[in-house]
Amino acid sequence: MKPRQRQLLWIAAAVIIALAWGFYSANGPQTTAVLAGTVRAATLLALGAMCGMIGERSGIVNIGIEGQFLMSAFFAFTVTSITGSLFMGALAGIATGLTMGWLLAAMAVGLKVDQIIAGTVLNIAALGLTSFFYDRSRSLGVSKYTNIDLGPLADLPLVGTVFFSRPPITYLTMALLVIVHVALFRSVWGMRTRAIGEHPGAADTVGIDVLRLRYLNVTLAGGFAGLGGSYLALEAVGTFSRAMSGGRGFLALAVMIFGRRTPFGAYAAALFFGFTTALQNQFQLNSTFDIPPQFVGMLPFVVTIVVVALSGLMGSMRDPAALGQTYEKG
Amino acid sequence: MSRSILRSVAVPLAAVVLGLLIGAVLIISQDASPVTAYSSLLQGGLGDGDALLRTLQKATPLIFGGLAVAFAFKAGLFNIGGQGQLLVGAVFAAGVGFGIDGLPMFIHLPAALIAGALAGAIWGGIAGALKATTGAHEVIVTIMLNFVGGNLTDWLSANPWKDNSGSNIVARTPLVEDSATIPTLGSVPVGFLLAVVTAASCWLILERTTYGFEVRSVGHNRNAAHYAGIRVGWIMASTMAVAGVLAGLGGAVESLGVDGRFEAGVNVGLGFEGITIALLARANALGVIPAALLVGLMEAGAARMQFKAGVAPELIDVIQALILFFVAAPVIIRWLLRMRQGGSEQLRLGAGWGRT
Repeated sequence: MKPRQRQLLWIAAAVIIALAWGFYSANGPQTTAVLAGTVRAATLLALGAMCGMIGERSGIVNIGIEGQFLMSAFFAFTVTSITGSLFMGALAGIATGLTMGWLLAAMAVGLKVDQIIAGTVLNIAALGLTSFFYDRSRSLGVSKYTNIDLGPLADLPLVGTVFFSRPPITYLTMALLVIVHVALFRSVWGMRTRAIGEHPGAADTVGIDVLRLRYLNVTLAGGFAGLGGSYLALEAVGTFSRAMSGGRGFLALAVMIFGRRTPFGAYAAALFFGFTTALQNQFQLNSTFDIPPQFVGMLPFVVTIVVVALSGLMGSMRDPAALGQTYEKG
Repeated sequence: MSRSILRSVAVPLAAVVLGLLIGAVLIISQDASPVTAYSSLLQGGLGDGDALLRTLQKATPLIFGGLAVAFAFKAGLFNIGGQGQLLVGAVFAAGVGFGIDGLPMFIHLPAALIAGALAGAIWGGIAGALKATTGAHEVIVTIMLNFVGGNLTDWLSANPWKDNSGSNIVARTPLVEDSATIPTLGSVPVGFLLAVVTAASCWLILERTTYGFEVRSVGHNRNAAHYAGIRVGWIMASTMAVAGVLAGLGGAVESLGVDGRFEAGVNVGLGFEGITIALLARANALGVIPAALLVGLMEAGAARMQFKAGVAPELIDVIQALILFFVAAPVIIRWLLRMRQGGSEQLRLGAGWGRT
C-alpha cells in the first residue's frame, strides 16, 4: 500500500469513528442496532469473499459460492436437526463446503470445464438438490448459536455490543481473516498460491505442481464457504429455507473485488455492504426517514458497479494474470 | 452434414438421458416409481391441449432467456443478468399494458412489447457499455444489475404502479388492458410463435450478416478482431444490449401473455434458467428452441408428476443441474459413448475475469 493510500485510510477510519460516536450520542440504541446488524451481515460476506479470494489468487474463478453457501447451510441444518448438536452441524457444513470446493476443482482443474460454467453448475445443482430434499416439517430442534460476551470487553459502550458480544462463528471469522492474511502474504504456501495465479508457467518451471495446488486451494476455499453455510443456518437464522443464501454468494464476489482480494480489504467492504443491509432493516422498522427500503437495498449493488467501473478506468485493481484460464502443462 | 449434426446433438442428448437416469435413482430413493413419475410428467406436459399449452407457455420465456445468454455467448460475453433484464422488461411491459387505455391492439400490444424490450436493452446495455469503456467485468455488473432490477421492480409494483383494487396487499400491478394482452390460438400461445421467430432471426443475424460475423469474431479472438478493424467495444456493448432486448421481451411476454400483470417475486429464477438452456443448446440460437421445449415440458408436467407419483417437483431442478453438468463436461459423455474428441465441443467463454 502506498503511503498516500495509507493516509487516506486513516482519515476514512477517523471519520467513520467520529460519525459513529456522534450518532451514538444522539441515539444510542438505534446506532448500536445498526452497527451490530452491520457486523452480523458482514460475517457471511467475509467468509464468502475469503473463499473466492483463495480461488482467484490461485487462478480459479469461483462463481459457485452461492451454491456452496446453500448446500452447506442445508447439511449444517440437517445434521444439527438429527444429532441435536450445533457443533456437529457446523462441522457438516464445513465438510459440505470442502466437498463442493473439490467438485469445483474437479470440474475446473481436472475436467478443464470453463470455470464460470462450472460455478454455475454448482449454483443450479445446489438450488435443485436442497429444494428437492428439503423437508418442511423438520426443525433445528435446538436454539441457534447465541452471543458470547468476551469478558469486560463486552461491557464497553457501543464497541462492546458490536464486536465483543457476538456468536462463535463470527469470532471464528474474525480470527480466520488474520490467519488467511498471514498465510497469503507471509507464508510459502501463500507465495506459491499467488505465483500459480499470476504465472503458472513460471511456477511450474520452479517445481510447483500447479494443478495439484489449484486442486488443494479450491477445495480448501470451499471450507470457508461451508463455514458460511453453517453460519447462515445455525447462527444467523436458525433454520433452513429454500434459496436462503439469497444472492449473498454473488455479493461476496463483489466484496472480494472491492477489497482487492485481501482479507482485511474484504472485511472492510463486507462491513460497508453489511451497513447498507442493516440500514435497510432499520428503515423498514421505523419510518423516520421517507426513503423506500428498496432504494437503500439497491445501494450496495450500485456502489459495486461504480467501483468496478472506476477501478477499471484507473487500472488500480489488477486481476491475477492467469485468472480464469485453464492451465495445460506444456 | 448428417454426421456433424449427429455429433453436435449426441452430447446434449446423452446428457439428457443421463440426467433422467440419475433422476430415476432419486425417485427410487423417495420410494416412488420412476416409470409412473416420468409417464405422468410426459402426460402433464403433452397429454392434452391444456398440457401442450402449459408446455409452450413455460418454454416461451425460456427461449427468450436462452437466446439472451446464447447471443452474448457468441461475443465471448457471459450474460448472467437475464434475470434483471427479464424483470425490468416484465414490469415496463405491464406498465404500458395497464397504464394506457383506449388504444387499438395493433398499436398498444407492440408498444407494450417495445417498452419491455427497451427496458431490457438498457439493463443489458449498461453492462455492455461499461465492459467496453472501463473493462468492468460483465459477470459482476450483470449480477449487480439483477439485484438493482429486483429492487426497482419491487418498488414499482409496490408503490407507484400498485394494484389498488379491492383489498389487494400484494406488490403487483393491475391487470393489463385487453388491447395489450397477447392472445392464444387454440393450444398455441402467440408469445411462443414470437419466441420461435425471434430465435430464427437471431440465428440469421449471427450466421448470415456482417454484424453477426463481427460478433463471432470478437467471441473467437478479441485481439484478432481488433486488428481486423472490427470495433470491439461497440460490438460488446451492442451485443449486451441485444441480449437485454431478448430477455426483456421474455419478461414482456410473461406479463402480457401468461400472468396478465407484473407481480413481484413471480418471475424469480426464470432469467437464470436461460443459462441452462443456452448451454444445453451449445449457444446455438436454433438449438435454444428444442432445449427450451424440453425444460418447459418438464416444468409443465412437474405438478402432475407430484400428484400422480408423489415426487417433489423440485426434481426437475436437479435433473436440469445434472444435464448442465454433463453438457459442460463432455469428457464424461465422450468416455461413456467411446466418442473421439471433437474440435469445438468444449464451451469456452474466453478469458475469465481478465480484461483483454
